[in-house]
Amino acid sequence: MVLSEVQSLLRCRVFTGQEYLDRPVKFGCASDLMSDVLAFSQSGALLLTGLVNVQTIKTSHIADINGIIIVRGKKPDKTVIGLAQRQGIPLLGTPYSMYEACGILYRAGIPSTMKCADGSASPLPA
Amino acid sequence: MDTGETFSDSFTIQGRNFLDAGQVSTEIKSELKDLGIDPAVIRRVAIATYEAEMNVVMYADQARLTLRVTSQAIRVTVDDRGPGIPDIGLAMQEGYSTATHEMREMGFGAGMGLPNIKKNADDFRITSTVGRGTTLEIRIDIN
Repeated sequence: MVLSEVQSLLRCRVFTGQEYLDRPVKFGCASDLMSDVLAFSQSGALLLTGLVNVQTIKTSHIADINGIIIVRGKKPDKTVIGLAQRQGIPLLGTPYSMYEACGILYRAGIPSTMKCADGSASPLPA
Repeated sequence: MDTGETFSDSFTIQGRNFLDAGQVSTEIKSELKDLGIDPAVIRRVAIATYEAEMNVVMYADQARLTLRVTSQAIRVTVDDRGPGIPDIGLAMQEGYSTATHEMREMGFGAGMGLPNIKKNADDFRITSTVGRGTTLEIRIDIN
């Protein structure tokens, strides 16, 4: 899947990074805790978050996040959008809640960056 | 044994400067990229440095961060002037945190910082004196 397909599945508006919508989306992670993103994400992951401040962008840049989806219709301010633009990170917004947005992408076959904590296999159908 | 140093730089990190938090790590990431270091190694250095930088911003007054790169390894030292850590064993436990509401609002202060720095490093040393400050030294091997 590529980012433009995520955009249509989640009915996203693009705040910045229209030119990056052909980026592949191999796995996703979701958190409002940037500490978790730093500890558990993988390079190239898509991040779903409700946290909309400059730390969201800085953390994503540091952790090599491929794209950011802001959930439940929240709007980033100009500073946040400008930083995402400078860092070359596509920043999109979905009207869906975190739970629904994750569910939609999971059902569409995008796996998690994290393994289940007890080591069991992902229930995602192959 | 390391061969000679190929690159070094040092930075000052201001405590409580939440606006510029992350700037030093971003700069280091860009320097390592220019040196042609493997992206997976850069990501580990960037994450460890960013966690350390956030710790300084959240808890200390000021710190000196030194970056040293050789053909074998990347070394980062963060030497801060601050309150110090009374119980390092406790601070190393995942989930232990003394963060304020403001820090948590930024998405930090979950008690994952030091453990995550250790996870990303091949060698991790921390020493602290209460009332004076903390010194963190990490090494990340290039191969």
